Amino acid sequence: MKEFFAQFAIPHPSLLIYIAMASIVFGTIALVAVVTYFKLWGYLWREWITTVDHKKIGIMYLITALVMLFRGGVDAVMLRMQLAVPENTFLEAQHYNEVFTTHGVVMILFMAMPFITFFFNFLVPLQIGARDVAFPRLNNLAFWLFFMGMGLFNISFVIGGSPDSGWTSYFPLAGNEFSTSVGTNYYMIALQIAGLGTLMTGINFITTIMKMRAPGMTLFKMPMFTWSALIANLIIVFAFPVLTVALAMGTMDRLFATNFFTTVNGGMDMLWANLFWVWGHPEVYILILPAFGIFSEVISTFARRNLYGYTSMVWSMIVISVFSFAVWTHHFFTMGQGAFTNSIFSITTMAIAIPTGVKIFNWLFTLYKGKIEMTTPMLYAMHFIPLFTLGGVTGVMLAMSAADYQYHNTMFLVAHFHNVIIPGVVYAMLAGLTFYWPKMFGFMLNEKIGKATVWVMSIGFVLAFIPMYITGLDGQARRMYTYSDATGFSFLNMVSFVGAGIMTVSFIMIVWNIWYSFKNSPRDISSDPWNARGLEWATHTPIPHYNFAITPDVTDASEEAFWDSKKKGTQLFKGKIEDIHMPNNSGQTFVMSVFFFIAGFAFVFSMWYLAIFGLIGILACMAYRSLEDDHGYHIHAHEVEEDEKKHAQKGGAK
Amino acid sequence: MKNLKATLLSFIGLSAVLLAGCNDKLTVLDPKGPQAQRQADDTMLLITLMGGIVITVVAILIFMLFKYRASKQSADYEPPHIHGHWLVETIMIGIPVIIVIFLSVVSVKSNYIVENVPEGYEDQEPLVIYASSSDWKWHFSYPEQGIETVNYVYIPANRPVEFKLYSFGPITSFWIPQLGGQKYAMSDMVTTLHLAADNPGEFWGRNANFSGRGTAENIFDVKAMTAKEFDEWVTEVHETADPITEEKFDELLEPGHLGKSTYTGTHLEFSPAPHHEHHDDEAAEDHSSHE
Repeated sequence: MKEFFAQFAIPHPSLLIYIAMASIVFGTIALVAVVTYFKLWGYLWREWITTVDHKKIGIMYLITALVMLFRGGVDAVMLRMQLAVPENTFLEAQHYNEVFTTHGVVMILFMAMPFITFFFNFLVPLQIGARDVAFPRLNNLAFWLFFMGMGLFNISFVIGGSPDSGWTSYFPLAGNEFSTSVGTNYYMIALQIAGLGTLMTGINFITTIMKMRAPGMTLFKMPMFTWSALIANLIIVFAFPVLTVALAMGTMDRLFATNFFTTVNGGMDMLWANLFWVWGHPEVYILILPAFGIFSEVISTFARRNLYGYTSMVWSMIVISVFSFAVWTHHFFTMGQGAFTNSIFSITTMAIAIPTGVKIFNWLFTLYKGKIEMTTPMLYAMHFIPLFTLGGVTGVMLAMSAADYQYHNTMFLVAHFHNVIIPGVVYAMLAGLTFYWPKMFGFMLNEKIGKATVWVMSIGFVLAFIPMYITGLDGQARRMYTYSDATGFSFLNMVSFVGAGIMTVSFIMIVWNIWYSFKNSPRDISSDPWNARGLEWATHTPIPHYNFAITPDVTDASEEAFWDSKKKGTQLFKGKIEDIHMPNNSGQTFVMSVFFFIAGFAFVFSMWYLAIFGLIGILACMAYRSLEDDHGYHIHAHEVEEDEKKHAQKGGAK
Repeated sequence: MKNLKATLLSFIGLSAVLLAGCNDKLTVLDPKGPQAQRQADDTMLLITLMGGIVITVVAILIFMLFKYRASKQSADYEPPHIHGHWLVETIMIGIPVIIVIFLSVVSVKSNYIVENVPEGYEDQEPLVIYASSSDWKWHFSYPEQGIETVNYVYIPANRPVEFKLYSFGPITSFWIPQLGGQKYAMSDMVTTLHLAADNPGEFWGRNANFSGRGTAENIFDVKAMTAKEFDEWVTEVHETADPITEEKFDELLEPGHLGKSTYTGTHLEFSPAPHHEHHDDEAAEDHSSHE
């Protein structure tokens, strides 16, 4: 009995972890108490957990992403705090290693990924004039698998210990010999479960975009965000199976003593590096392309002009998606593959800068002859351009393989990828969040607080990350939990810490803005408060369950269908209201995901009976589904008409 | 738009403060050998060129934001619908293409330079040193001299040095920034790093790749000395140091940190390097006789 519980103990406990444990326990109890007190369980189950509505699933992704943003953010502040002064003893080495590992995994896979998936879910069906995604129930399953993977990963630091071999989890360091806690088991299995969900999302959205576009919407009439979503989902479908295979092999190495990546019996540690980055490099484009899509929507809206060079924008994304699979080796230029191989990958990597540059210039020329309004989303976009350009050009520096021998694994690299991901992905997500907030929740976020947030964030960002370029060139390797005063790194690391503190303030300001606006913002906004251009704004606010009472027809319109209807009077909604067929909610997907969680947890701790129980549960849910008769239901035309009338009285635009 | 000016000014001010913060030259930009020199030259070239690109983008952005802001325009101004222009689009694709072609040429040249015997040292026989890492130490074996050191390495200046890298555990990265960029040391193969020091001097080296709890202290000292001093040191080691035994070496391999130590003989005799050599294309051929 004692042994059974001993395996769940934290291998390297510290006061911080005990505090975190206690706060998780009390937080959960408080949450359960509140939900029970207000009798919300039924509501949660009917309206959210079992929902197949793409908008609600999107919002669940959003909430997960925001929670994880703060979880990963706390990790980040701890890292910077530890490095702020030399010889710091705030975190010891093992704890530091766990924190930077979970910071990386959480931010990339459990913050950025759900954030872009939120936009896929919320926006794509609206932008293409569809009622839902192609496979609504699969969409629900994808969310819950992702969520269970996220949950499994996050309990690692209170049950059994967090992974500690970096988010790249290079073998043999991540093997049993050098990583003895169950942390890396969590990594392998949690990412596997979440990755299955992501793969389903990929298939779902490719099908949705290819098959469910409104009449008249040819591929080259799709809004730019939908284009970026299509390309990103294609990359997902090509890249994620590689991760699935790599994680399966890694799991077998750890649980069943196979030798795929070990240093003995013919294992190849470089194989992991190759497989990881064959997925990992395209992964950064899975994140950045939808971000580009959001910026395209925001910039054209607030420059009050159509997007410059629409066709070259699309082609540049297609070229990027192809190249994204041809550059993975630049992550290990220093692995000794020789001058010839390095030269090839140096050139392909630098070549990616060309289509990316095209996009930057297209955004700049979208401003040309425009009528620029500096709203909060636009301010994010305008800060994005110079900051991201800086991150892009340092990427070119890293792509010079011979020179990279000096930047590899240094703070220069850390500065570069944060310089790309924060102004690129995070700014886009926050710009998009502010932009689409009224569409989701029926009120605007406060503009004054919003704009101040952007400035505080950018100042914090510059202070936090620019010094890292310099310490990198001065020889500070990354992932060092401490350094001596003699290195001379301390001043710049302190500046970084101050920057991280300022960035923290900006994220608190976002929470404050949401709270403040929830309390004070007027609710009688029109359904098109920004005077926007895309089809998603042609819906009512709040968006009815069925999105569009009549499927829009964009035959006569350009890629900015709603703008055309406002300016040229093109008719979007032709014909009359008919019965609408809708899918039923389902709890089976959630139950199955819970079994995935149970099986995953059991595998982490090699508890085989429980694992078999979980696997049988999964199979039983699949069997139930294949025998289930579910034809959905109809919303009748008169119900839709009544609904539309109600919306029209509230002043919703059409 | 006052905001933008203020940002620019504060940005310039900040850069000045940051640069003033580091009085000495940054390590990577203070090379002491031909390989590091080439990498530093490339870095400076890149900083200049890339700085130019950033300035161009920022200049266009500021121009657009000044010229086309809504507050400057009449209320009834309707921005036109512009699809694009062949000349503009050719320029914005063409210039990056030219820059990338130029950098590709530089990059390929540099690759062959850093992967080969350092320029100016081609006529000399390189000194071969096996540098192997264990948790969290560096072992340097001199097969030619028959000596072994832990956590420090003495090399003759003005002579090419060929480091043969491998690891007794996780992947590590061997890095002496002032002599040249890093390369990975792995357990199942040997990688080769060619370095040379132009003058006698002392440098630091470290493992730059995360390899577990002791990564931060996985460091070593490097001293380049004249050929005469180097020979004297070798003789001295042979006179004073104990021989390395298998037992002693196994003790050294235990995870943990150690100070510096010196031995006669090398561990390669009883614990040879991984036999799989990762050939650096054509370059490795010439030196295979040293094994």
